[in-house]
Formats: sequence, structure tokens, C-alpha cells
Amino acid sequence: MTATIERGSATAPVNTPASKKTPTPKKQGGFLTSSNGKKVVMAVTGAVMVSFLVLHMLGNLKIFFGRESFNEYAHWLRTLLEPFVPYRTVLTILEIGLVVSVVLHMWAAISLSRRAGKARPVKYVAKKSQANGYATHIMRWGGVTIALFVIWHLLDLTFGVVNPAGYNSSPADRMIDGFDPSRWWVTLVYVVAVVMVGLHLRHGVWSAFQTLGWANKDRNKALRATAGLLSIVLVLGFLVPPLAITFGVVK
Amino acid sequence: MKYTEGPEIRDTKAPSGPIEDRWEKRKFSAKLVNPANKRKLNVIVVGTGLAGGSAAATLGELGYNVKSFCYQDSPRRAHSIAAQGGINAAKNYRGDGDSIYRLFYDTVKGGDFRARESNVYRLAQVSVNIIDQAVAQGVPFAREYGGLLDTRSFGGAQVSRTFYARGQTGQQLLLGAYQALERQVAAGTVEMHTRHEMLDLIVSDGRARGIIVRDMVTGEIERHLADAVVLATGGYGNVFFLSTNAKGCNTTAIWRAHERGAYFANPCYTQIHPTCIPVSGEYQSKLTLMSESLRNDGRVWVPLRKNDDRAPGDIPEDERDYYLERIYPSFGNLVPRDIASRAAKNVCDEGRGVGPGGLGVYLDFRDAINRLGRDAVEKKYGNLFEMYERITGENPYDVPMRIYPAVHYTMGGLWVDYDLQSTIPGLFVIGEANFSDHGANRLGASALMQGLADGYFVLPTTIGDYLANGPYGDVDEEAVAEAEIKVRTKIDRLLAVNGTRTPDSFHRELGKLMWDYCGMERTEESLRKALERIPELREEFWQNVKVSGTAEELNQVLEKAGRVADFFDLAELMCLDALVRTESCGGHFRAESQDADGEALRDDENFAHVSAWEYSPDGPILHKEPLEYEYVKMTQRSYK
Amino acid sequence: MNLTLRVWRQSGPTDKGRMVTYKVEDVSPDMSFLEMLDVLNEKLILEGDDPIAFDHDCREGICGMCGMVINGVAHGEQRATTTCQLHMRHFEDGAEITIEPWRAAPFPVVKDLVVDRSAFDRIIQAGGFVSVPAGSAPDAHSVPVRKEDADAAFDAATCIGCGACVAACPNGSASLFTAAKITHLSLLPQGQPERLSRAKAMVDQMDAEGFGGCTNTGECTAVCPKGIPLDTIARMNSDYLKANAK
Repeated sequence: MTATIERGSATAPVNTPASKKTPTPKKQGGFLTSSNGKKVVMAVTGAVMVSFLVLHMLGNLKIFFGRESFNEYAHWLRTLLEPFVPYRTVLTILEIGLVVSVVLHMWAAISLSRRAGKARPVKYVAKKSQANGYATHIMRWGGVTIALFVIWHLLDLTFGVVNPAGYNSSPADRMIDGFDPSRWWVTLVYVVAVVMVGLHLRHGVWSAFQTLGWANKDRNKALRATAGLLSIVLVLGFLVPPLAITFGVVK
Repeated sequence: MKYTEGPEIRDTKAPSGPIEDRWEKRKFSAKLVNPANKRKLNVIVVGTGLAGGSAAATLGELGYNVKSFCYQDSPRRAHSIAAQGGINAAKNYRGDGDSIYRLFYDTVKGGDFRARESNVYRLAQVSVNIIDQAVAQGVPFAREYGGLLDTRSFGGAQVSRTFYARGQTGQQLLLGAYQALERQVAAGTVEMHTRHEMLDLIVSDGRARGIIVRDMVTGEIERHLADAVVLATGGYGNVFFLSTNAKGCNTTAIWRAHERGAYFANPCYTQIHPTCIPVSGEYQSKLTLMSESLRNDGRVWVPLRKNDDRAPGDIPEDERDYYLERIYPSFGNLVPRDIASRAAKNVCDEGRGVGPGGLGVYLDFRDAINRLGRDAVEKKYGNLFEMYERITGENPYDVPMRIYPAVHYTMGGLWVDYDLQSTIPGLFVIGEANFSDHGANRLGASALMQGLADGYFVLPTTIGDYLANGPYGDVDEEAVAEAEIKVRTKIDRLLAVNGTRTPDSFHRELGKLMWDYCGMERTEESLRKALERIPELREEFWQNVKVSGTAEELNQVLEKAGRVADFFDLAELMCLDALVRTESCGGHFRAESQDADGEALRDDENFAHVSAWEYSPDGPILHKEPLEYEYVKMTQRSYK
Repeated sequence: MNLTLRVWRQSGPTDKGRMVTYKVEDVSPDMSFLEMLDVLNEKLILEGDDPIAFDHDCREGICGMCGMVINGVAHGEQRATTTCQLHMRHFEDGAEITIEPWRAAPFPVVKDLVVDRSAFDRIIQAGGFVSVPAGSAPDAHSVPVRKEDADAAFDAATCIGCGACVAACPNGSASLFTAAKITHLSLLPQGQPERLSRAKAMVDQMDAEGFGGCTNTGECTAVCPKGIPLDTIARMNSDYLKANAK
């Protein structure tokens, strides 16, 4: 008995296992849906926020030159490029940019975190970090903490809703009243949050360098140092004014 | 064990004429397959090491429809990956007097005049193309500051022809072949079957037409048919249980092909590598090789006195015996592998061995560290030193390494002709699985060369000639069914025994027996003892083996049992081959055949031939293939 | 030494799986971790139990086949060491050792400690090669390569594809594996023509397989038996960005 097996497809049809589905990359969806694309979004939006923080910090330090100087600076921000553009135009544009950055940063973070969750459906019984677990613990929970703080911070010092000086006050009044020694706990929350921001940036800034592909063996030390230094400067710059107020150095 | 002698093999299909022109001549005479027909032709390649991986990739590139099989979870795991030292090529980039002819000469001589001249010459010719191919693929060979490739002298060669990638040359070359293979998988020309083990060859109408495999995850028995079958399943060193081979390496594919009619050539030629980390205990599961390159700077010694249990550092210079330097003043620590191994065995037999059980010799870097500085030594051998420390817990910068010979490579394998075709038409055998190029002893850095020469350059040409001469008609369904039933029966039999000993315990016992009786030194007495003992042990195996689990699942015990069963049959043939070959040559040392200094003594009058064994249920049939040397004059090897 | 092992047992892909405790006695400190499991398995077979399935092959730290999470660390706490090269002298007598398989959705468990890593092969298929058919190569010396580049390429190319990076990553990302291959080929002149398309294809395939994204935690490189550095990922990112900017 000879089976007729056609030359060409000589494989006998017996027991050939069903070919497993091979995942193929999505045809379109593009850069922003890729995990790397989302990381780039995080890096770029992070850079926007860091730039904002630097300016914000420099502004805050004006409090040491007196209430007038601080209020003038706040006013200047709102009247930038006037009369070429109406009142608060530039600041609004900057604020929109900032809000968009925050939203995108959070969107990318949540989406990457969900992706990570899906990538490990069964957790380990025992898991021990070998890279001291810093980033793992600081970044996501740190991010959530910072987001909550920013809400409080806006209600307190921007809108004055929870500020003793109220909304119709000058920025300097809100700042100095807000960190009054009697409200020491506000200062404490602020200190904790700023330190958290510092820790977030220590990894985040370096991580952005890595994501944007700038890190390499020769530069790594310098980039890590840059990230660390930037974080320290920001933490100190943000902590000095409120502490000075709470301890009565600035009145 | 009874055997009979059959007719001599006279034609190996090597072209005649000047040796430099033979391969050219063969390539030109090979028929070509029309490109449009290539994709209608199916080729099965079993094994994905340097030979199998490069062959499957190249056949895919040529347009054939290829099916590739490996027992590992990925083709990248094949044991070629563990080769450390390097790959020889007659590039003569150093201008140090190397040439194709010299590589050819060294290989024939190194093989102790038991390899075919035509094959070896072709190997040397093709060697230069391999380096070009690998570099183009992005294999990161070591380079000099000028950007050109670095080479080193290796394994006793007096020219610098060994290209290397730190101590991981095999890995880098294999990844090159693996990547080429995956490229073809993506292109659709190669269909990859991982975690599949070949369990039989389908021979229809006298031709190899397919294989029976077991899906190691589901246990399903599958049939795969083709127009030609290529075996690239590596060596059988694991017959000794302890060897430098990967745990999964086995003889099943080639042995079952042998049972289907492929001759097995020179099974007794086994290479024992001199620089391995010694055994530390009964539970030992494998031996780890330390690259031979260590012998470039390390000095081998043992204490002068017997049973000297002082720490090595306490033994003064004049109480050390640097025995390789003493016995072989011109080659010293760089004598070929077989010689270095036997010398180590001899000093240990004298009771001068070091470490647990006295089975070890020192490989000392003290002088090298003093001469070159610790940094230079670390730069050269750092990763090897780390590996040694990881395994033994001893730091070789402070304490000399302990080394001992271990089974490393098998020069024997399925008999093939010049076209790498076995005695079953349509069955091609490449790489370590065949016997062709190394004679009785393989030189260092030549295994990678042979595997890639076969896979990238030789087989793709010669198999084309075979396929162009087709078509070979339909496959006999009965032959397929018979092979499948045979496989299923064997599996059922193994599961049915349900005895009291594990497959590993049998394997360990067989291995010890082979090491003691058919290892570095063989005598008529030891071999007869082995030939008596092996059938008894095999009998016990089939009466008393315990295989847990079922056939329809991932069952590593069942896999192991099947492999051990075949090792028994192979071991018997190895001992018989060793018994019949009463001379010493290369890796085969018969104590009865040595000169006054204890060196291997060949008997060219009676044994200048390949022993090709044909399988027969009534006992093996020996076919001799006479070896003729037109270019290299047969001399007694001397490394003194 | 006497040890208590807690081992993940799962009879097949559909089984739920559980941790099972085993006592092993008389363990020699010179044994490798896998030899210790061999000894346990021999006992299990004779008792008629199913031995613990685990992948292994070369047992010299180069094939990349073995791998288990030991006490919460991929390949165990010994740095730059595969499971097969890990020796029992690094454990205390009486220790309890937890052994789990690599955990990642793209690495489904096949049985016990055996997982399916074919996703790695498919990432290579997407572009982890130089397209150069056999026989078409120019002389090896026709293109000199800076020694520094060749050495750096080699460092990246030493990846053994074991998957420890994925197992250790809190995001289950395969970035280190993918980046190692991209870096190896992108540092060499031979890899230039396909450099950007390669990066794009491989990264997209990595996503398609369901691996997580990289958050630069460095867990991967800490457990990598070959010490593949984290800056390979920066290089991958850079190539990927350039590929997308095109």
C-alpha cells in the first residue's frame, strides 16, 4: 500500500500540531501606543514639569527680598508681553501646557503600570529586589502622593480656598499666612511632599535621559550626578522659604 | 560480541585529481536545482548547533522548504554554544607562514593519519570563508587596536590561526547561525520545531524520507516527511555519563539512523580533554571544561613524591614535577590534547595526583602572574578564573587550579562520503555527528570550523546534487507506520517496566564502566570485561528501570530513559570497535600498542582504515574504508 | 546540610499550581543547585512521585536554558551566576529555600519550573540579525572595526537569552534582552544598514508579545548572569526614537 503524498507538501498530515498563534506587532497605532513611545511621553512631559519647577522655585525665593518683590514677580507673570497680548495670556498658555503635561504624564504612567500588571498576572510568593527597589517603590506611589499634594497645594496657595488669607489676598500674604508657625502641620506636609518630589526626580530625571537615549557608559556617572544635584537644589530651594516663614525668619 | 566482516568501502565519491581542485571540481559537477523547484523540495534538519543551525539557515536562504528540529526550548541553546577557545582558519592574516596546505597538513597529522585527505583539504579551504561569513553576520571576534581581527595560537599549533571572541567563541558563532536561522523562520522558509526529539528515521524505498519525533511538551508522536534528511545532532560523549557535553546531548538520533542502515564509523575515537575541573563527588552531574588556552600560560605539575598531601604553596620548586615540560621539552604544556590527558592519567596512576581521590593535577599561574602581572593575567583569563572559582570555591590567583581530563568530543560518528551523505541515500550527516574530518584526534578550535564548514558551505552544495537527481517518488505509508509503531512500542516498553532503579542510576553505572574500561587507556582485558558487563547491565535496565509519569506529558524521566537505552547499544559497539583496533592512534590508546617511552604506537599496516560498522540484528558487520595518503607522509607523531 | 525546599508545582499549563514543601538531607556544599534538585528528583521517582520538571542543558552557564527564581531572586542571590553554576556552599544549613518559575505572561508555565520562552525567538525573528546569506560575505578584513566598538558589541552579545531580566523586572519587561541584541549589532559597521528598522521591529515585537515597559529600575542588570549593562537600553531607545522620527 502506498499513500499518495504529493511531492512538495510531503509532510504527512498526521498529528501536526495546530500552529501556535504568533503575536504580531499592531500594524498602526504608532509611536504613542508603544511602550517606548509612552516612556518618551513621560520623559518629555517630565522635562516640562521640571522646567516649571525650576522657575517656580526661583520665584519662591523672591520672598526673601520682601513681600513687594514677591508680589511684583507674581504680577509680572500675569502681565508678560502686555500690551501685545491681553492680561494673563502667557501665563494661561504656560498653565495649559503644564496641565497637558501633567495629564499626559499620568496617562502614560497609568497605562504603563497597567501594562506591567498584565505582564505579570501571577505574582511571586517571594520577591527580593536586587537593585534596592528604590525606583520600583518611589516612582508609582511617589507619583500618586505628589498628585494628591498638588491638589492641596493649588487649593491652598493658588486659589486660597484652604488658606487663612483667603482668595482675595496677595500671593505673598497667602504664602506667609499659609506657613504661619500656628499651621506647622501644613509646613510638615509640604516638607514631606517636596522631599517626595526630590526622590521622584532623582530617578525620574536620570530615567528620562535613559529613555531619550542619552545615557551611555561614559556619561552615566555625569547624568546620575546631574539628576541627583537637580533634585537636591530643587528640594532645598523649595524648602527654604516655607521653613524660613514657619521659623519666623521671614515675616 | 560477535561481528562479521563485510566488503571494503572503495568509493567515497571524492573527485580525483590534484587535491586543491577537488572541491571546485565537485561543486561544478553537482547538479543544480531550478530555483522554482527549490521551494517544492522539503529538507528536514535535526539539531540546531553550528552545523544544523547554519545548514537550515543556508538551505532556507537557497529557497528550500526546511523543517528544523531541536530538543531544547530554543535553537540558540545547542551545545556548540559552550565552545570556548576559538575557530581555526587558514587566513594567514599574521603572515606567519600559515596556508591552506599547512592547516590541512596539521589536521591530518593531528588526527594521527586516520582522516581522509580530500575531506580535510576541503575543510581547510572552506575555513577562510567561514570567518568572512561570521564577520559579516556581526560576530564580535576579538580585534586589535588597528581594527583588524586578532588571532592566537591554540592547541599546539605553531601558527596563529585561531580566531576567537574572548572565551565564548562558540556562543558568538552559534548566535550568528541562530540569527540567520531565525531570519529564515521569519521569511517563512524554515519551520522551527523546538522541544521535539527525533526518535526514528523513516526509510522508504531505500531512501531517507522523514523522521518520527516526539513533541516533548504534549508527548504526541509526529511524522514529518521530506525529500532529504540532515542529521546534525552532535556527539555521543555522554555515553560516559560524565562529560563536558550538555546534559541533553545523546546518541538517539544517529543510533536509530544506524539501526535503519547508516554505517557507524570509528565509534571508539573519543577525545578526552586535559583541562577540566575534577569531579567533586558522587552526585556530580557533568564536568566543566576550562579552555585549553589556559595552557598557554599555566604550567602543569604534580608533586614529585607520592601521596604528598602538603598544600601546593608549601611544596618547594625542586619537589615539583612539571611533567609535560620534562617529557616534551619542545611543546611543553602545549602538547596535543590526547597526549596531555594521558600524561595526567599516568602521573595520577603513579599516586602523585592531587585533590579529592588523587584525581587531579595542578595548573599553576604563579609564574605567569609574576611574569606578566596579575592584571594582564586577569585580562586574558579573568572569566575562566571566575568560572573556576564559582565551581570549586577556590581562587586560582592564589591557589593553583586543579584539573583532570574529561570526555569532551567524539571523533567517531555516522559514516559519510565526500558529499556528507551516509550509507542511506538522502540521509546527510554533518558536524560532530559524522566522523569525517578529524581522524583519531581533533585539534583544538577545529570543531567549530568543521561544523560551520559543513553547514554553511559543503552540505548546501552536495544536498542540491542529491535533490536535483530526484524526484524520488511517494513515501511508502507502511514504512512510516512501521517507524511510528516502533517508536510507540519502545516508549510503552519503558513505561511498563516499573522497576526500582532510575534511568540516571543506570546511566551513571554505564558511564563509569565505559570510563574505566574504554576510557583514556584501553586493553583487551578491559574491553572484554566491558563487553561482558554491558549486556548484563542492559538486561537489568530493561527489567528494572523505573520511569514515572506517562507518555502524554512533559516527562523528563521518559526522555532520559530512551536515551540511556540507546547508549547501551552504542557503548557495546564502541568497545567492540576499540577491541578490534589493536593499535593506538590519537584518542584511542591501546595499552598493548605503545613504544618504549609509553607513546601511542600506530599500526599503519593493519589499521590505516576507517572502521565503518553496519547494523545487523545478528551482530555488527565491519566494512573497512582504506585510507590512502598521497600528500602527507605518514609518520609517527612526536611532540618531544 | 539539610534543607527545606518550597517548590512551585504545576502539572501543566491549565493547572492552577501550588507551592509544595520538600525536605532534602545530606546536601554537600560542593553540589550545584541543580545537582541538589537531581538528588531530590531521584528520590521522588523511586517513591512514584512526579519529579520536579526544570529546564537545564549545558550546566556551565552559557546555554541559557536553566533559570528559576530562588528566594525571590532570579538565578539566586549569587551575582553574575546562572542557576546551574550556583553552588550549595552559598546556603546555610537548615535554610528554607523558595523556588519559583520565571513569572511573566509572555512566558507561560509549561510544567513546574519550565516556562515557554519562545517569545524571545520571535523578537530575534523580527530583526535581530544582519541579512547576509551564506557565501556572500566580503573578506573579513575589508572592514576594520574599532577595538572599543568590537569589545562593547561583544559585551552586549554575551546575552544568553535566559530570561532572568524579564523574571526580575517589576514590569515584566524584556527590554534588557532586546536591547542587548540591538546594541550588539548597532555598534558594528556590519549592523548599520538595518540599524533603525531592526530597532523598530524588535521593540514593536517585544510589545506585541505582551512584555511590560521599562522603568529603568535596574533589577534586570542586577540579576543578569552576564552583567549586560543598563545603558544598552538607552541605546535601544535612541535607535527606536530615530527610527520613529524618520
